[in-house]
Amino acid sequence: MKPRQQRMLAVGLSLSGLIIAAILTFKAFEENMMFFITITDVVENNKAPIDREFRVGGLVVNDSITRETGSLTMSFILTDNRNQLTVNYTGVLPDLFREGQGVVAIGKLNQNVFIADTILAKHDENYMPPEVIDSLKDHVAETKEGY
Amino acid sequence: MFPEIGHFALILALVVSLCQGSVSFYGAAKQNKDLITLTRPLAHTQSLFVLIAFACLVYSFVSDDFSVLYVANNSQLALPLLFKVSAVWGAHEGSLLLWVLILSTWTTLVCLFSKNLPDIFSSRVIGVLGFLNFGFILFTLFTSNPFERIFPSPLDGNDLNPLLQDIGLAIHPPILYVGYVGFAVAYAFAISAMLSEKLDKNWAKWTRPWTTAAWLFLTIGIALGSWWAYYELGWGGWWFWDPVENASFMPWLIGTALIHSLAVTEKRGVFISWTLLLSVSAFSLSLLGTFLVRSGILISVHAFATDPERGLFILIFLISVIGGALLLYAKKASDLDKKVGFGAVSRETFLLLNNVLLVIATILILLGTLAPLVLEVFNMGKISIGAPWFEIAMLVPMIPLLILVTMGMHSLWIKDSSFNLYKKLRSPLGIATLVGIVIPTVFYGRSGLLLLIGSIISIWIIISSLLSLRSSWKGNQGRFHINRSVAGMSIAHLGLGVFVFGVTIVSSFGVETDRGFSLGDQISVAGYEYKLNSIESVKGPNYEAIEADISVFDGNELISHLKPQKRTYLVQKSPMTEAAILAKWNKDLFVALGDSLGNDSWSIRIQYKPMVRWIWLGCLIMALGGLIAISDKRYRR
Repeated sequence: MKPRQQRMLAVGLSLSGLIIAAILTFKAFEENMMFFITITDVVENNKAPIDREFRVGGLVVNDSITRETGSLTMSFILTDNRNQLTVNYTGVLPDLFREGQGVVAIGKLNQNVFIADTILAKHDENYMPPEVIDSLKDHVAETKEGY
Repeated sequence: MFPEIGHFALILALVVSLCQGSVSFYGAAKQNKDLITLTRPLAHTQSLFVLIAFACLVYSFVSDDFSVLYVANNSQLALPLLFKVSAVWGAHEGSLLLWVLILSTWTTLVCLFSKNLPDIFSSRVIGVLGFLNFGFILFTLFTSNPFERIFPSPLDGNDLNPLLQDIGLAIHPPILYVGYVGFAVAYAFAISAMLSEKLDKNWAKWTRPWTTAAWLFLTIGIALGSWWAYYELGWGGWWFWDPVENASFMPWLIGTALIHSLAVTEKRGVFISWTLLLSVSAFSLSLLGTFLVRSGILISVHAFATDPERGLFILIFLISVIGGALLLYAKKASDLDKKVGFGAVSRETFLLLNNVLLVIATILILLGTLAPLVLEVFNMGKISIGAPWFEIAMLVPMIPLLILVTMGMHSLWIKDSSFNLYKKLRSPLGIATLVGIVIPTVFYGRSGLLLLIGSIISIWIIISSLLSLRSSWKGNQGRFHINRSVAGMSIAHLGLGVFVFGVTIVSSFGVETDRGFSLGDQISVAGYEYKLNSIESVKGPNYEAIEADISVFDGNELISHLKPQKRTYLVQKSPMTEAAILAKWNKDLFVALGDSLGNDSWSIRIQYKPMVRWIWLGCLIMALGGLIAISDKRYRR
């Protein structure tokens, strides 16, 4: 091969490599994009994606935490002050998880129960996950007496 | 009184930094010797005032002056002294002041070690640094004054965030900032170079040690942050692709590209304009990181909109710093590069590919970090990009990059032949393939495609780096001479190999599991037995804790007692997990205490992390390589 052809080949190969890599990257991007969906959208509007993880957020309802003694599996109710969603989770909870606290759960919906594989509660007394603030804000007018 | 002295000193520093900037620029433009000689004393004065301001804030913390709002919010009487000092940079206002202090320290160092450079050049460098510090002091004074008083003053403070009460986080921010801010020096050198009449490759030689110094601190800073997250956040991961982490990783990637392209520019006089652009980009990404972390935009796009002052200021600052530099670049540096040829197989080519791949990696991370923000701004839904995406996306540039490392190290400048290179690299590759297959399959009993790629490449890099290190050593009639540039480069790449090896092994063979334990229970995880002996309450200076006593057995032999705690800090009432870790060179056994499951039963997280220490060890070796490269004699001539 002449040097010129060699160069063309090298450029062609790296270009096609780059294109394939770009396609794969963007496909992975789409697959790993995780939507935040409000509890109301999950419960009333059936907006929860099927077979795909998403995030929900809200406040943990008082006295809603239940677990069998000795078991790692527990369940609690999450609210956006308008609708409620039961969440099941197996594992060690984050430090700041407690009743009345705002948390975000990541997982899938299974027959109206949210099966979480991750629970996030940020490490700050005053912290409220931003998604939770927003989804609470949507209903603040209706629930003002409650505060 | 001290807070007021600090406040005044900061105002004086603001004024002097403006003088420092304008006098040096005006002096350089008019070529006025007197003004130029004035720049160094001005810079020193500015640094002194900043130091006074910082010392006053430290004093306020140490003397528990809760009439200062910032102290009241971030300290407490019972806080140990070390954490009172580190609380200075525990929140926004103080960490900005730390940033300013570090920038003036860099400025002082540049003043001291730039005396052999042309006066006009160094004067402009100091001028740019003056303007940058002016911007930051202005920001501190007007939006985030740490000296603000409250009346009436509280009797006790609100305590430092318990997460930050840790030695790792006491030293992580200063070191990270030294790295971040260090790129300001590279930026200043680039601006000064673009303003000079004659732009040549000399500038590359002058700026190289500074850039490497900034890079090595950033490397250590990021490693410390990762180590801290590993043991203090309590859940055993070492990198989470969190936007705040990404904000420090992007300047690191571009800084790494810059170090490599500076090598080409210094040695061969090519890539000049590209190197200038990278110098500007590295600092711009540091600023962008600051903007992302400090403006609150990451917490929520709306947080930025409701309290826009800070974010807006940084945004304007960002635009002028980047925009100004790019304008100058467009005017001066667009057609700089001479036609200096190099062969298709040559060190230049490999370094060029290195740069392209590192820039691609940076763009991917930028995309993943900003996409959720952009979508939210345009009301297209709230999304988050999870760690799995970053892990997949990083493979695209990183695998070719790692394969090219050994070739770049062993190829010649200007022109090499592929046969020559093949001859040099085939035996290391052969050994690496053998060892890289044996280690996972024999010692860990499993293999897989990515695992083999990772272990073979990392061992290949380690062997080739050691060979390259050997070649930096020349014996000459009983006298040894070490080429420190080559030695530093080899050691840094050795560190990279060690890092990649650690990542490969821990991500393939790490075991993470959550279990419910009752007193006396014995559970086996990854070949080790864990037995819960007791759960007791213990007391610390400013916290109470529940402590578990867990014995760890390897077979029948007792190897350790691990005592993880669940702490409750008295003032902020927040619980905190303190993991207990048995750290060995080749593995970590990690135990964290979860919550009570009732009836003397507890949830406990147990992890087995083989080779996880190699990750941070690799980073430290990389930084050591940087340090050795800086010590090369040619920079001191």
